[in-house]
Amino acid sequence: MTVEKLRVIGQPLPRLEDPPLVTGRGRYAADISFPRQLCMRVVRSTFAHGRLKGIDTSAAKAAAGVFAVWTAADIPDLSPIDFREGKIERLEPFRQPVLARDRVRYVGEPVAVVFADDAYLAEDAADLVTVDIDELPPLLTADAPPGEFDAGRSTAADVVKQGYGDVDAAFRRAHTVVELDLRIGRHSGVPLETRGAIARYDAGRDVLELHGAAKVPHRNREALARMFGRPLAGVHLYEGHVGGGFGIRGELYPEDVLVCAAALRFGRPVKWIEDRHEHLVAANHSRQQRHRIKAAVDADGQILAIDDEFFHDQGAYLRTHAIRVPHMTCGILPGPYRVPAYRAVGHVRLTNKTPAATYRAPGRYETTFVRERLADAVAAKLGLDAVEVRRRNAITKAEMPYARPLEALGEEIDYDSGDYMGLLDAALTRFEWTKTQAGLTRRRAAGEAVGAGFALFVEKAGLGPTDGVRVTVDPHGFVEVVTGSSSVGQGVETVVAQICAETLGVDYRRIRVVHGRTEMIEYGIGAHASRATVMTGSATHVAATKLREKALAVASELMQAPADTLDIVDGMVVRRDRPGGPSMSLGEIARKIAPTSKTRGAHEPGLSVTGWFDSEHQVYPYGAHLAVVRVDRDTGAVAVERYLAAYDIGRAINPMLVKGQIVGGFAQGLGGALYEEFRYDARGEPLSVTFADYLMPTAREVPRIDIMLTEDAPSPRNPLGIKGAGESGITGVGAAIASAIDAAIGKPGAITELPVTPQRLKDILSRA
Amino acid sequence: MKPAPFTYHAPTTVDAALAVLAEVGPQDGRVLAGGQSLLPTMAFRLARPAHLVDINGIAALSDMRNEAGELAIGACVRHAAFHRPVSDGPLGKLLSAVVRHIAHYPIRVRGTFCGSLAHADPASEWALVAATLGATVVARSRNGTRKIASDRYFKGPLMTDLKSDELLAEARLPLLPGDTRLGFYEFSRRAGDYAIAMSLATFRVRDGRIVEPRIGVGGAEGVPRRILAAEQALAGQTPTENAFGGAADAAAAAVDPMEDAQASAGYRRDLVRTVVHRALRQAAL
Amino acid sequence: MTAKSDLTLTVNGERHAIRVEPRRTLADALREDCGLTGTHLGCEHGVCGACTVLVDGEPVRSCLMFAVQAAGKDIRTVEGLAPRGSLHPLQQAFIDHHGLQCGFCTPGFLMLAAGVLAGQPDISDDELLDVLSSNLCRCTGYENIVKAVRAAADKMRPAR
Repeated sequence: MTVEKLRVIGQPLPRLEDPPLVTGRGRYAADISFPRQLCMRVVRSTFAHGRLKGIDTSAAKAAAGVFAVWTAADIPDLSPIDFREGKIERLEPFRQPVLARDRVRYVGEPVAVVFADDAYLAEDAADLVTVDIDELPPLLTADAPPGEFDAGRSTAADVVKQGYGDVDAAFRRAHTVVELDLRIGRHSGVPLETRGAIARYDAGRDVLELHGAAKVPHRNREALARMFGRPLAGVHLYEGHVGGGFGIRGELYPEDVLVCAAALRFGRPVKWIEDRHEHLVAANHSRQQRHRIKAAVDADGQILAIDDEFFHDQGAYLRTHAIRVPHMTCGILPGPYRVPAYRAVGHVRLTNKTPAATYRAPGRYETTFVRERLADAVAAKLGLDAVEVRRRNAITKAEMPYARPLEALGEEIDYDSGDYMGLLDAALTRFEWTKTQAGLTRRRAAGEAVGAGFALFVEKAGLGPTDGVRVTVDPHGFVEVVTGSSSVGQGVETVVAQICAETLGVDYRRIRVVHGRTEMIEYGIGAHASRATVMTGSATHVAATKLREKALAVASELMQAPADTLDIVDGMVVRRDRPGGPSMSLGEIARKIAPTSKTRGAHEPGLSVTGWFDSEHQVYPYGAHLAVVRVDRDTGAVAVERYLAAYDIGRAINPMLVKGQIVGGFAQGLGGALYEEFRYDARGEPLSVTFADYLMPTAREVPRIDIMLTEDAPSPRNPLGIKGAGESGITGVGAAIASAIDAAIGKPGAITELPVTPQRLKDILSRA
Repeated sequence: MKPAPFTYHAPTTVDAALAVLAEVGPQDGRVLAGGQSLLPTMAFRLARPAHLVDINGIAALSDMRNEAGELAIGACVRHAAFHRPVSDGPLGKLLSAVVRHIAHYPIRVRGTFCGSLAHADPASEWALVAATLGATVVARSRNGTRKIASDRYFKGPLMTDLKSDELLAEARLPLLPGDTRLGFYEFSRRAGDYAIAMSLATFRVRDGRIVEPRIGVGGAEGVPRRILAAEQALAGQTPTENAFGGAADAAAAAVDPMEDAQASAGYRRDLVRTVVHRALRQAAL
Repeated sequence: MTAKSDLTLTVNGERHAIRVEPRRTLADALREDCGLTGTHLGCEHGVCGACTVLVDGEPVRSCLMFAVQAAGKDIRTVEGLAPRGSLHPLQQAFIDHHGLQCGFCTPGFLMLAAGVLAGQPDISDDELLDVLSSNLCRCTGYENIVKAVRAAADKMRPAR
């Protein structure tokens, strides 16, 4: 498809999703209710670590409006939740039981559930459940000596390793070695909508329904069918509106399993809506890692080897992601740089905290911080310009595609296209880097603590392996695209509609996009890993192309003109050489080949096509972030004065949506850099349990940022050249801001830990 | 996060409220005014009052007036009432400058000045204003009326001299002389967050020297209070950076800062120095 | 559980007769008892603002009021921002400027903005930023929300 012809793709069109949402007609999980439903309330451990001696549910059972109370003893047949990617036997012992059995391992762990007539009564009854726990000392540090997970098993759950080349030889011959000890604080996505799950068993059809699904409904459907021994056709998941995902929502959690088990057993719908206090201790945490990393470099600052040992604070259990995040961390750390020899060892350590998993740009926010700190440190140690160090180490355009014997998400890392220094240089120019630095030098001389920094990174997107969509034109010319994708608010319906509109030749507003409905399409891998536009978008393109061909084939007979003289414009088949001449609507064509139509001829009935897109490889978009910060030396507070996020998007289907993703990602990245942290006291009591403790940026804290989107390196891996953008805004923020703070306070390498809270920065400043 | 059950009372006169409070106050009954501090604690079930006495329906409590050299603020006067200066002169200006730091607009629509004093969170801006200016709290019960000076009113974090059957019916702030200089500075993590440390400074200048200094610090200790050592350091000085720095140092040395999840005692102490200095600088403008 | 009492809430000009305990928050009463689920619960402790509605014209956090306290007051929720079938300038502006992604915080922002703009149609940019920092959004990074509200405010101001 040639660029000149594009009318819809690439346009910042308003979203199809918006009208119900701005009028309060969304259907989020909490908005869904069924007659006779029971409300479930989870009783959670108040100890970080202990032996569960007994649970007394008698008072709760007798409380007003209570239907039942369960403990682990009531669900003996429910196994722990499996890993999403399949069996990993050696890790199975570390899975979280649906309800705690003999031990509790984090504050917030479910120990019992109450089912009552409404949420108020359920909470009242939950307060009456008494849990007898013999407290055990908590393990709260991943790099401390491991403790006991259970008899004969330590909390050192696994060690992930990736690498290549002779690292030790490289260090022996290195001109200089740079060594850093870096920490990323525990934080997470914290979407504004808490989790929710409503299960209903339709006895009439023998179907178990789960409403409130998100992200990976088909996968979860398979998992639930297996857990409950039901045929796949006897389980359906329904995704309504979803209030943000960021990687947190949509995994199969104990509460999802419990509502299903209860609905099946009680024959009544069961609704569970998480409250915010629960969310902050029960929904997946993320990010917390400590890296001891060293680089061997030559006299010119070229990296000869990187050797990284890190401790991944997994929290109490391995949840559906098993060890994917630390594994990805190993694979993605080298980023845009040529690293001739590499070793990464990740210790996956269980601690008595909320379990951790993926959060937007998992492994990349962390490794970008680590790797860019390292690159800055190389520059400082050798007295080189930080940009020059990147230039000397960045993989060039000419070297693409660039493969490394490293893996992420089950695929070998193979960069498809990219011009890293091209992007960084363009970003520096746009930012007026040299002029900016001169200005900052003058301001520093006048006493201000101001400085600039940057970060360069490679992202990954478009996780396959396959996606399929079904495009149908109804007898009135309306189009429906049924996908196995998911919406977490990112605008997937609009993007899919734009692609379909462009390809098919219809108005995007006449296209309805379906997602998150397992009963409407048999296969889907949802929306995560920035895959929706790449995979679902590409499959839409394939299907719409086939549909167009079919429509034109039928039209060609009916209009007595060769198909290649026909075009579809605004839902009408027209002759290219006779504008204003005879035409047929797509609706008419659909009617002509409807199953009962006498004019169907040999055509397959119905104007409907399924299209598939296979991808062997993810795509690797890339970005550069530049920041200017101002530090208040007295309070340690940091203000971001300017910020540029540059990103190579491959092809932007809707630039307005891409920018929205980047700004949103930036705000979260800023949160992780300066404000957000899940903290615990010495007993393992979580301290960040309200929105007054877990601080997310408001409109005051998030500056307006400049965004530079380039489409210089479209991906060769899909027909539209698309890369994904969902995670691009967040990845570089921690690194860029750390770099800028170093410059502002005149201490290279000062920032070794995120978040940079005012108190921590004040501490750094007061150390001479 | 649903509140625990309670019995609800909605008296329409002060006397009716006092009668109910006499009975339910000692039985874990609480007054409900703005509710912006109370309801969150009830949502977490940290507070489970058995009775709530809703005073929002008592018209007389919404009164605010100048009387005998004081601004008398009724129990139901909302924070939002102070968005525009309620009187000419420094006090009105001060209150409208401080009110912007209290939470956010929708909270200020419901929350009340007196409610802040009754709740006595160490990070309450109004509590700092009351302590620094020497406010009087008027507590009423069925047994009569008590006037409590601010330096006897704040007992500790979330603790006051109010008895369980008393209604904080009114707070009275002294009107300030027309030439009073004022400065207020608050440090918090984000816009609208609880103050980690804040200072309110007032003084007058006579013959080029500072007289009648008042330096209050809040958010840093269990109660807001005037720091006498800082005031003494400032009294009689010319209003210069040096003098302000000296007073700020004295304040930092004099406080016994809280240590909590938000900040260490050492960091708070440093912040006290900064907020006092910046409040004084502002007052000098 | 305490005894429920009957009360009438006037929401978007319509009267809803409900029967609730005193502890029923206004937010829950609107959502569950009046069936108006456009008002959302993001935190239930008064910080996120997703539950913002107008009470007697002023934006208020409905999770910080009990339903019994709202009897006799004029309550407006997002469902009543514009007559059915039309869009309020704020709603249109949010669409035009991509001021929403997941939409969960949107009703709260719409009502906050509607309430404040009604009282301060000439609000300055700085004051507007102050007001909009009242509510949390996790998706948009706020920029487009600020743009949308500013655009709507400019449109709504009476012509001079």
